[in-house]
Amino acid sequence: MDNDNSVIYGLEFQARALTPQLGETEKIRFLIGTQSLNQTNNQIHLIEFNEEISTLKTSVFHHSDGEIWKITSSPLDANKISTCYNALTGENGCTMKSAILKLPEIENHDAIENLEILTELDFSTCGSEIRTTEFHPNESNTAASLTDSHLILWDISDTRGRNISSITNEGKTSAKFTNGKWNPHQNGNQFSCATETHIKTYDIRSGELAWSLDNAHCQFVRDMDYNMNKLYHLATCGDDGFLKIWDYRQPGSPIFSRSDHSHWIWCVRFNPFHDQLILTASSDARVLLSSAASVSSENISETLIAEDRDGLDAKQKLKDGPLQWCEHEDSVYCAEWSPAEPWVFASLSYDGRLLISHVKKSLKYQILL
Amino acid sequence: MNEKKHNPLDLDGPNFNPNMYLDKIFKEYSLKQILDHETEIVKDTQTLHSDMQTLVYENYNKFISATDTIKKMKNDFKKMETEMDLLASNMASITSSSDQINNTLHETRQRISELSGVHALLQKLQFLFKLPTTLKARMEEKSYIQATQDYLHAQRVLQQYGDMPSFQGIKSDCESILTELKAELRKQFCNPNASAKELTESVDLLLKLNEPAKELCMEFLTCAEKRLAEQLVMLKDQSEQRDIIEFVDLGCSGFLSDLCLIVASFHDMFINRVHMEHLENSDIFENFAAVELDNFVKDNMKKYFELVQNKVDSEQDVGDTSVLVQALDRFYKRIESNTLCKDIDFANVAAEIVINAGRKQCKAHLQILKMHFADSLTKIRQSLTTTKLITQDEPPKNLNDLLNSLVLTVVEKVKGVLQDLVVFLQPDINFANKPQFKDSFCIDNVREGLVVCFLHHLTATARSFCAKGASDPNVPPTLLLLLSKFCIDFQNGHVHLLLSQTDELFEINPKQNSALTYETEINNTMQESAQELLNYFVRIQGLNCSQMLRKSVETRDWLHTIEPRTVRAVMKRVVDDISSIDSTVAQLYEDQGNGTEHSSDSSRKAHSVSLPRHQYRSNWSNYAPNPLDSALVSNMHRLFSERIDIFSSVQFNKISILTGIIKISLKTFMECVRLKTFSKYGLQQIQVDTHYLQLYLWRFVSDENLVHFLLDEILGSAAHRCLEPVLMEPSVVDIICERG
Repeated sequence: MDNDNSVIYGLEFQARALTPQLGETEKIRFLIGTQSLNQTNNQIHLIEFNEEISTLKTSVFHHSDGEIWKITSSPLDANKISTCYNALTGENGCTMKSAILKLPEIENHDAIENLEILTELDFSTCGSEIRTTEFHPNESNTAASLTDSHLILWDISDTRGRNISSITNEGKTSAKFTNGKWNPHQNGNQFSCATETHIKTYDIRSGELAWSLDNAHCQFVRDMDYNMNKLYHLATCGDDGFLKIWDYRQPGSPIFSRSDHSHWIWCVRFNPFHDQLILTASSDARVLLSSAASVSSENISETLIAEDRDGLDAKQKLKDGPLQWCEHEDSVYCAEWSPAEPWVFASLSYDGRLLISHVKKSLKYQILL
Repeated sequence: MNEKKHNPLDLDGPNFNPNMYLDKIFKEYSLKQILDHETEIVKDTQTLHSDMQTLVYENYNKFISATDTIKKMKNDFKKMETEMDLLASNMASITSSSDQINNTLHETRQRISELSGVHALLQKLQFLFKLPTTLKARMEEKSYIQATQDYLHAQRVLQQYGDMPSFQGIKSDCESILTELKAELRKQFCNPNASAKELTESVDLLLKLNEPAKELCMEFLTCAEKRLAEQLVMLKDQSEQRDIIEFVDLGCSGFLSDLCLIVASFHDMFINRVHMEHLENSDIFENFAAVELDNFVKDNMKKYFELVQNKVDSEQDVGDTSVLVQALDRFYKRIESNTLCKDIDFANVAAEIVINAGRKQCKAHLQILKMHFADSLTKIRQSLTTTKLITQDEPPKNLNDLLNSLVLTVVEKVKGVLQDLVVFLQPDINFANKPQFKDSFCIDNVREGLVVCFLHHLTATARSFCAKGASDPNVPPTLLLLLSKFCIDFQNGHVHLLLSQTDELFEINPKQNSALTYETEINNTMQESAQELLNYFVRIQGLNCSQMLRKSVETRDWLHTIEPRTVRAVMKRVVDDISSIDSTVAQLYEDQGNGTEHSSDSSRKAHSVSLPRHQYRSNWSNYAPNPLDSALVSNMHRLFSERIDIFSSVQFNKISILTGIIKISLKTFMECVRLKTFSKYGLQQIQVDTHYLQLYLWRFVSDENLVHFLLDEILGSAAHRCLEPVLMEPSVVDIICERG
């Protein structure tokens, strides 16, 4: 347990949606969406972590439209977030919806307020289960939503999202999309989707399949993340408990593969600054911080240094494998790095407990020096 | 006698002294006696006297006749004397006449001897004149030896008189014949059919004819080379048809003996002989010849070795070891016994070939073992898949039998191979005692290359099933189980057995040699692969059950479902599957590694139904629609129970294996439930299902609280995800479950 350098924040509801406030690069901020079937109870928590004094400042907003399954934030506009939520409709019915929301500029701690809906998205024709709505990495007016059967591109400049194009999941009807993400490279023209054991990446301009990793895992692929610092590198994780890193130009076999969790891995994240650090969250109630130094963008420079200074630094080089872990009491579905501070990460377990942790000092120095 | 003679007393003696005699008589005899004696003596004297008279009378006539004769003789001699004088004069005249004759004949005699000398010379010349024709005749008769001898006879003369015009013809004739002869000899020299003996003969003759030795030596070698090359070609042709022993014999009797003969005759002809004849050049030439010979032998042996190597190589794919060893032994013995060349030890090269053959043989055997293992695996795979198709519940001893037969055949095969290879070390095999061979063969080839390598192959093959699993979903999980047990069995003795047997058979002392792979090392990899396989088996089986549960949760519309009347069929499937896995595992693994507290079945069952109901129904039966309470309870529960590793390693016993599978299945169930939203009836269906699982799964696990806890979590999660969390009456649940 590394709780000595973590801060715990407890929610009163179960939660499985966590995102860093990507547009905010000064403060360490995370957003949590709760999941309660009593839909008026649902909240969005904005948590700000003050690193110097290790305290949290939170703002709570209502999200009375329904339980939040997924929350994402815009990398360009710090106040824009999107949620995918499940709204109850009458007796024993519920539908999934997604919307773009706006965080208020002024902090108001007195009253808990509902967030202003910037853009509503209409999914009436495109599948029933909405997986995620992802902001385009470069264009502020573009977002993509992934449902179990469609990939939909939105123009979100208006209050009603305009469906620019939609790509249908061809192939087996039973194979549903489960998760998706923009490729931050390639001018933001590619969107990757996880479907069963495969990764399929579409070129959004043509709607064609750009590339795919077939059978990336031997069970469901749960999540993926692109290495911001190294082209073509993609991390995936899945129900087989494996963390794999691929160079998607060589789809045959992963360039890195580890199985350190004892159950499914739900989430994988490259550290945006030091991409040898990889965060994985698993339903074995652990978050693992692993090193993939051998395939990281810093690998080359590191070896050069090691050669220069010979044996002294050679042992300081990070070895591949787990470095540090956080224990939760329940399955952890989300773990995120802070975009503002390279050494801070948050993890959220199903029982509604958020853990904000630091990378160990020794590791930090090892990487920096 | 002497005494008698000198006795003066003896009357008859010559030294008779009458006085002494008288004195003695007077002294000794009595008177009478003296008188008697006197008479006696008188008497004797008288007799003697008369005797004398008769004697004289008798001889008188003879005297007269003798006188007559002498008179006659006197006359005769006188006659003789005259005759003799005559003879002397005659003789003198004879000598004078003979002298005379001698003088006259002297001249003629000299001429005669001169003439006879001329005659001899003429005869010799006659031979010379005839020489060309005789040589020709000899040539025609092909008795070259005789021809050479004849020529050599005449050679000096020819040389002496060669410049005389009358002999020039003869000489040129001879020389032309001689060149013909040489050509003929050379031809014979190159004649492939000629035996080595004939060859040496020809060379011998040529040398006698003063041909240049260097050239001859080169020519000899080229011819020999040609012949050997033919032998080699023949060997090569034969190598495919004959078996290896025949081949080696053929090589020994044909090529090698020829080569030996050539070398020996070369020695005789060029090296030893030259020494005697041309003293000044001999050293240089000898060196030259020796070098040439060495090169020649080297080249040919190289070719021969190549051939043998090829043959041995080709033989190893098919032949049996004892034949091979026998052939190699013959080969090696033959090579070792001949010292063809001073500088190069061909025995080493031969040993190299033998070692190579040993290595190849080991490799071939390894390959066979591997193939055999692969075969038996496929067989087992087939039998596993077919039995499953035919009968749902396999005969109880089936798996164990399969395993035993697999272990047994593998062990027996290895043993058989070892026995087969021991042939290489039989005491009567020559090369077996060479340390050069023994070391590399026993340790590098047999122990490390064959046995250890095969054991590693076993684990590697076993492990490949884990690694390949993703791409090859057709591997029956039972095979994994079987293989894991197989590895365990090997670890528990068979590895030791095989290694110790190897060490024993091949006289390896594992303590002395640090380069050897230790038994523990192999045992460890065996253990590891067994663990890996078992873990993989658990994961696969867990995945199979998970898949069913996942589908059953994902495909159902839990919001619009009717009130539960029965346990869903999927749950029965899961229980069925798990109990069939249980029975499969039971065939190979013991119930327990370490005894846990499972009391007698009947009492336990009753207990297990009632106990958890009190324990966890209490959490949910008076479940209020306040999620906080239940969350709290659940969290408390979690706080005090141990953390559960889902994909953890399992132990080598049935309970642990089954626990692993159930853990994986139930965890999946929970995660799926959490992704769904339930209506009241949906929740109640989950309640029924979990209760059903509760009833049937406890018996497979070591710690039933684990099952309770997981099922509790499932129901808890479902309740959380329920719009209207109202549970069913426990009694109704019981009834539904008991109804099946």
